[in-house]
Amino acid sequence: MELILIRSLHIVAGIAWIGLLYYFNLVQTPGLAAAKADGTAAGITKHIAPRALLWFRWAAVVTWLAGAIYLERGNIGFLNAFLLQGAAAPIGLGAWLGTIMLFNVWVVIWPAQKKVLGLVPADDAEKAGAARRAFLASRTNTMLSIPLIFFMVAGPHGLPKVF
Amino acid sequence: MKNPLDSISGTIVSGLVLTVILYVFAINFLR
Repeated sequence: MELILIRSLHIVAGIAWIGLLYYFNLVQTPGLAAAKADGTAAGITKHIAPRALLWFRWAAVVTWLAGAIYLERGNIGFLNAFLLQGAAAPIGLGAWLGTIMLFNVWVVIWPAQKKVLGLVPADDAEKAGAARRAFLASRTNTMLSIPLIFFMVAGPHGLPKVF
Repeated sequence: MKNPLDSISGTIVSGLVLTVILYVFAINFLR
């Protein structure tokens, strides 16, 4: 019962995390560029982006923690997964990708977005650099989400040899 | 050379290529 709850929490938080990541990449970034062009960006940067980032970064933490607990409490083993041992290797690859993505969220994207959104002081040059850093880290995570989802789903279902 | 991550399509293609590379690595070296 406990494992079902933890796994469900991992999946729901993961959907919130990656869903918001896709929202940033597919909706907010192009939408913000259009809004800046017609002078209506303030509503997004003041009211939407901070809320989206709040759920985004904490959903990432909950996803990782629930995943780590599930690996350890289930029959996989946290270390077996991260050391890519035997049958734990596919889910372990997913775990490594998720860990890199969590690092990107908290160490690159969030500090950069705080400058971009004016939550911490930064001059225009710093803001421009931070915006590019956040953009590339966000795109990197979107790229990594594709193998991440593949290996998360492949883990419980085996990894069939197709080549 | 243009950064593939500057476009959504480039990002998706990069993700698919990385998936194939990791899959081949997993199938051949992690069993």
